[in-house]
Amino acid sequence: MDFSLDKKHEMARSLFKEFAETEVKPLAQETDETEAFPAETVAKMGKYGFLGIPVPKEYGGQGCDPLTYVMCVEELSKVCGTTGVIVSAHTSLCIDPIMTYGTEEQKQKYVPALAKGEKLGAFGLTEPGAGTDAQGCQTKAVLDGDEWVLNGSKCFITNGKVADVYIIIAVTSITEDKRGRKKKNFSAFIVEKGTPGFSFGTKEKKMGIRGSSTYELIFEDCRIPKDALLGPEGRGFPIAMHTLDGGRIGIAAQALGIAEGALERTIEYTKERKQFGRAIAAQQNTQFKLADMAARIDAAKFLVYRAAKAKETQKVYSVEAAKAKLFAAETAMAVTTECVQLFGGYGYIREYDVERMMRDAKITEIYEGTSEVQRMVISGALLK
Amino acid sequence: MKIVVCIKQVPDTKGGVKFNPDGTLDRAAMLAIMNPDDKAGLEAALRIKEQNGAEVTVLTMGLPKADDVLREALAMGADNAILVTDRVLGGADTWATSTTIAGALRNIDYDLIITGRQAIDGDTAQVGPQIAEHLGLPVISYAEDIKIDGDSVIVKRQYEDRYHMLKAKMPCLITALSELNTPRYMTPGGIFDAYEKEVTVWGRADLKDVDDSNLGLKGSPTKIAKASDKVRKGAGEKVNLDPTESVNYIMSKLTEKHVI
Repeated sequence: MDFSLDKKHEMARSLFKEFAETEVKPLAQETDETEAFPAETVAKMGKYGFLGIPVPKEYGGQGCDPLTYVMCVEELSKVCGTTGVIVSAHTSLCIDPIMTYGTEEQKQKYVPALAKGEKLGAFGLTEPGAGTDAQGCQTKAVLDGDEWVLNGSKCFITNGKVADVYIIIAVTSITEDKRGRKKKNFSAFIVEKGTPGFSFGTKEKKMGIRGSSTYELIFEDCRIPKDALLGPEGRGFPIAMHTLDGGRIGIAAQALGIAEGALERTIEYTKERKQFGRAIAAQQNTQFKLADMAARIDAAKFLVYRAAKAKETQKVYSVEAAKAKLFAAETAMAVTTECVQLFGGYGYIREYDVERMMRDAKITEIYEGTSEVQRMVISGALLK
Repeated sequence: MKIVVCIKQVPDTKGGVKFNPDGTLDRAAMLAIMNPDDKAGLEAALRIKEQNGAEVTVLTMGLPKADDVLREALAMGADNAILVTDRVLGGADTWATSTTIAGALRNIDYDLIITGRQAIDGDTAQVGPQIAEHLGLPVISYAEDIKIDGDSVIVKRQYEDRYHMLKAKMPCLITALSELNTPRYMTPGGIFDAYEKEVTVWGRADLKDVDDSNLGLKGSPTKIAKASDKVRKGAGEKVNLDPTESVNYIMSKLTEKHVI
């Protein structure tokens, strides 16, 4: 068992770190303040292949492994949680299901432009009445001749208005089991921006990751071609769940990055900040807190990297992904809260990065499956 | 068109400077980066490759760990990489270095050689022009813009208070300034490919038409009498006076020290 990175992964990390420090960090505070989507940074990331890292070269990607992609999200999130989730949602929730379930035609049509960053991707499952309980979904797709007709809405969609390609989960039939209970059957669809009947609702005002474009998607008699169906009809739910398994690894990497970024800044600060005539880093309370945070972050890192390796080598990696996301997200929240505490009053001021990081951290415990959902996945496997 | 870019792995000054007992740099103990002027030279070569079509080879002389900067160059888009490394080449000054690199370059075809103006460790700016001299090539130094014009290059050469537009027929050598451009980032896929490629490794035996007496520490006419980390300035003097008095005080100090 080898816990060290090989040379190419080390070099990839140094690339992501340099890019994050040079291109992303200087804009992070402004992105948060203005809630403006960092379009220029996203274009640069596209140019350098960051939007298609785990995609095979024949589909316009970089041909790297999930671990490289995870390190990219991690390094970006160390300086800006918004930028981290833009890459994660695009890669894990849009490109990945097309690569996994798409026909050759669908892959050729969508993936190269997405992987090169010429187009951006998003994923729509959540609805106002359906979060953790996906059975509550109301959005419907009905086949009418050679077209599917979509009606309904999706909410809290990351990359909402800025994306070009959307993976949408909708109800395509309702069946009854032997006891007469109704069950919704879902299907997945690829929907392009600009399709008549597809519009955007309100932009969400969020606590954190404020630069990411979070919108409501509205479908009103939105007609999409029959071949926009992704995977077999009626398999939308397992497709969505499998997609979220991958997405959780991306979010776990985002959470890990946020925690690491906050700790880095706190280490610097505690060495400089003087109270009672000496740096607060000289006080044992600070030292022990820093030590606990560092140990916890390392544990999170190993879980996240293991999940990335599992995605590369295993067909099913739900439990690895759930453990990584659960632990990394709760680490991010605990670490950023502690960092704000160590900054004291300054930690509560928006001028300091840790304040933003604490707000950014919270969402990692909620989206792409709450921490409670991750516990359900993990315990479900234990008690099977 | 074939371009060779000579690059050097230099200590990252952010990581601190360490010396060997003989006064030479202890490169193995320091963090290392691609020399900034060389990186600009590589970027210039890659842009020529994109616009005019070219095969770009990077070449470095150094410790085996200099392989890292060659991989970085490959990940940026260079086609081939050559590492010249041998114990007998260690401790070389600019003369021995340029002799070595010229000896390596005699093995390969080129139309254009690009080097950085100078490396941030030695700051001599001598190696590039010396290579040209060894190989009998025209040299244009301090390039801040390079254009290809048929079988010639047109180079904007930076000067203290002006610039020169110079045209030279290839083959020739150009030394690049870091102001020449902003080097591109590597790509993740480029990094993965770079580690699949083979780096050609040459030792003393592969150098053409060079004499042992011109190589390594023994072949270096430069003798380092003493080397030290930069001397830190004193704390300075702080005065708390109103603006007029402050100016008068500073003027009197400058007069006292014969600065004015």
